[in-house]
Amino acid sequence: MSEIFADILIQFLNGLAGASSLFLVAAGLSLIFGVTRIVNFAHGALFMLGLYLAWSLIDLFGRSTLLGFWGGVLAAALCVGAIGAAIEVFVLRRIYKAPELFQLLATFALVLIIKDAVLYFWGAEELLGPRAPGLRGAVEIFGRRLPEYDLLLIVAGPLVLCLLWLLLHRTRYGMFVRAATQDREMLAALGTNERHLFTSVFFLGAFLAGLGGALQIPREPAQLSLDLAVISDAFVVVVVGGMGSIGGAFLAALLIAQAKALCIALGDVAMFGTIVSFSKLTLVVEFAIMAAVLVLRPWGLLGKPLALARGGSAHASPLDPPGQLFWPTSLFVLMLLAFAPLGGDRYLLVLMGDIAVFALFAVALHFLMGPGGLVSFGHAAYFGLGSYAAALAFLRLDLPAEAALLAAPLAGGLAALLFGWFCVRLSGVYLAMLTLAFAQIAWSVVFQWNDATGGSNGLIGLWPAGWLKDRTLYFWATLALCAAGIFFLWRTVHAPFGLALRAARDQPMRAEAVGIDTRRVQWLAFALSGAFAGLAGGLFAFAKGSISPDTLGVARSVDGLAMVLLGGVHTLTGPVLGAAVFTWLQDEIARNTQYWRAILGLAILALVLAFPYGLGGALKRLRGAS
Amino acid sequence: MDRRHVLKIGGAAAAALAVPRAMAQAREPIRIGELNSYKVFAAFLEPYKKGMDLAVDEINAGGGALGRPIEIVVRDDNGQPGDAVRVAEELLARERVSMLMGTFASNVGLAVSSFAKERKVPFLASEPLTDKIVWEQGNRYTFRLRASTYMQTAMLVPDAVRVAKRRWAIVYPNYEYGQSATAAFKKLMQARQPNIEFVAEQATPLGRIEAGPVAAALQAARPEAIFSSLFGPDLSRFVREGTTRGLFRNVEVFNLLAGEPEYLDPLLDEAPVGWYVTGYPWQDIKTPEHDRFLSAYQAKFRDYPRLGSVVGYAAVIGAAEAIRKAGSLEPEKIVDAMKGLSHSTPFGRIVYRTLDHQSTMGAYVGRIGLRNGKGVMTDWRYADGAEYLPTDAEIRSLRPPE
Repeated sequence: MSEIFADILIQFLNGLAGASSLFLVAAGLSLIFGVTRIVNFAHGALFMLGLYLAWSLIDLFGRSTLLGFWGGVLAAALCVGAIGAAIEVFVLRRIYKAPELFQLLATFALVLIIKDAVLYFWGAEELLGPRAPGLRGAVEIFGRRLPEYDLLLIVAGPLVLCLLWLLLHRTRYGMFVRAATQDREMLAALGTNERHLFTSVFFLGAFLAGLGGALQIPREPAQLSLDLAVISDAFVVVVVGGMGSIGGAFLAALLIAQAKALCIALGDVAMFGTIVSFSKLTLVVEFAIMAAVLVLRPWGLLGKPLALARGGSAHASPLDPPGQLFWPTSLFVLMLLAFAPLGGDRYLLVLMGDIAVFALFAVALHFLMGPGGLVSFGHAAYFGLGSYAAALAFLRLDLPAEAALLAAPLAGGLAALLFGWFCVRLSGVYLAMLTLAFAQIAWSVVFQWNDATGGSNGLIGLWPAGWLKDRTLYFWATLALCAAGIFFLWRTVHAPFGLALRAARDQPMRAEAVGIDTRRVQWLAFALSGAFAGLAGGLFAFAKGSISPDTLGVARSVDGLAMVLLGGVHTLTGPVLGAAVFTWLQDEIARNTQYWRAILGLAILALVLAFPYGLGGALKRLRGAS
Repeated sequence: MDRRHVLKIGGAAAAALAVPRAMAQAREPIRIGELNSYKVFAAFLEPYKKGMDLAVDEINAGGGALGRPIEIVVRDDNGQPGDAVRVAEELLARERVSMLMGTFASNVGLAVSSFAKERKVPFLASEPLTDKIVWEQGNRYTFRLRASTYMQTAMLVPDAVRVAKRRWAIVYPNYEYGQSATAAFKKLMQARQPNIEFVAEQATPLGRIEAGPVAAALQAARPEAIFSSLFGPDLSRFVREGTTRGLFRNVEVFNLLAGEPEYLDPLLDEAPVGWYVTGYPWQDIKTPEHDRFLSAYQAKFRDYPRLGSVVGYAAVIGAAEAIRKAGSLEPEKIVDAMKGLSHSTPFGRIVYRTLDHQSTMGAYVGRIGLRNGKGVMTDWRYADGAEYLPTDAEIRSLRPPE
């Protein structure tokens, strides 16, 4: 019995160490969001940078001395803090006035740039850091050994929590930060220099990210995929805890780390006649917790409803109804596109087919984000489920591709109907994170269910037979279906349903008062958007001949967001433009340079700074001016 | 890469000037399209690219193939099957490559193999380890160079049986490679050691292992031996946590791939001594083929080869040999030539089996030791791939008919 107790105790301590690590990363993200309302996608990249810098600086200062190690850790964190401040001054400050979430695109570009910079300076091979001097060994607890460094981490988390609390609640600076979290316009009106405050908060947040990374040096080899791995963890912790709540983040980190340790401790358990593998659940446990928490507590464990940022750009000006020339012009462009690839370049056919599919995906996402005002971070779920439904109908039911394709919008729509029911009860970033949680859960099911979905390998051999085998005809079919979907969604925005949707976004109270069931309208918008995303997924599956779980992975969701934001949220045609530019850029740059990610990031950053209303917005202004 | 790109632009410009086709053809290189996840799996693929460059130099110095030089046109597939198929289309349509090669992750490899079958293009899958690419989902156009998950697992089994341990714990990255390795290991061990017990099994998310809790959970099961298929950062974390916690004391550990320089070198002086691994002891191999490869590689790059270097090198040699043997760039002829193709590699001669298109390239099996503060393989032997495959009848029952 005491053996089991000892095992449980050890796993509990493991969980505490994990919780501290999670908390350190999440605290900075939460702080930055609380004050600036920026969803800093580059936070994970800053963590990674902290780890790499600590590796180099400790090497420089002396691996085996106390001063060398801790001096290196601190110096690395300070460097990352300075980089964070520089990012605020040179990039983000210029786009605070841009539509909501546009800053997300800028930080996404930074992720790409930082990743390639790290690859350039430190190389591709993973770097195992030194152990902490004096804390190399393990302590014995009931005959089990726990690394000494884990004990330090167990203390470090609560210590940072206390220091942050003191800083925020017992200093004048902290008072300003809290005031900015609640009402930054009022604070500015009272004469506080908002700029300095924002820069310093970015410094502090980035410093914490860097510290979180540097402190992991004895446990975590420095490697290039940390940025995205860490950012998703940090987001989950921040959201579960309640955005902007540091205490909440700590509680959430504790909950998630303990749940993971528990799943691992349970391992394989015989239940109901089968073996349930709890260790496999570690793939998704944090997202399952996030979904559960958000469904029960829409603002996280300790969060409060967000005060609306005044000024800024909470409301979009109403969309202009399409002019007389809109539909004829669109049809004309469509005709041009249909005949463009007949010049003999077979690859253009493929690239334009991809662009058409992603344009439909982006327009479907935009329908929800723009007119609906509901941001989805997990739209790839509907795209991917659509592609899997079509693929399974094709492979398992032996339907011809034309018929199997019908399953795609059906599956995407049904999934959106299910997930959307929960999501529309939330708002803002919480809603976005709930969509991400559902997407991750869907992803993990597809990833695990080897018998049905082929697991991580996916499904192959999805080549349509008959007339669709011809690539030109398949391209035309793709173009026709995508264009039909896009036109339908555009038309819907101006139909009574679209007007109701926009009313629900801009003035939910008044919309309710005139008899619009806002939740129901938003729910249906979810389903509609999901269905067309699903159709895009189905077309994608038959174009590529194979699919695997990455069709519903985070990367695809992020690509979709990048396309919409690049094109501009407040225009209808923007997402099509964004999808075309993004896909084309990626294709072109990836082919011609080794450091294509950094170039893509720089290109996006340049576009972001030049056109803070997106490409579509810029076109609109150009037209307005002339 | 840049130089090659300039050449390519030059080639395109020449074509645009409507140089008579036949004239251009005489000098035009034979193009082979290589697609891989250079950014996602950079640690393996940077040496891989160097290996390819070396092979191209050697082949062209020796007169190329069919009287023409060969050229490898490289594309990044971003680690995503969809992107891989797109760049494959581009390689065929714009670069007019004669065959495809490359890919790293199993899902990307399978996607490209399905594409190759649809478009009837020869595809030499150099790195993906999945058994399915030559068995359950094999096809006429796809060949695979590296020893598969099954083969490498089978190479460790004789030692695993010999240590005669009863209580085994298993840890694996939770995706196809880890799952297949675990399934193959259990099946092979149960057949040879019926009293074996599997006391714990941990499936860890790829690249995200919670090493502390995993080590503690394995420890709680009190295993006498551990079978692991972890690699990369997961392996480093597991080794460090397990060592600190005393998990490996008096426990025999078997770890696929852990002897590959890509995964062994980052461990520095913490390389776990005594583990049974598959890998590549480049320092100690003393065969004429390997000596020649090693000195040429070191002369060209001033760096030592990793396993990726050997794979990239051998894949390009294989592609060139196939074209030479086919005597033509006709896809069907190249495929026919690949069947039963035999050529030399730094690991010795290999054959692409007619039965399932799997090459007989093997791997080195041995134990981890320390030398000058760095992990090396000791007591190693070369395990010829041909000896670690299921019977022909078994493979026939797995592989779909052409």
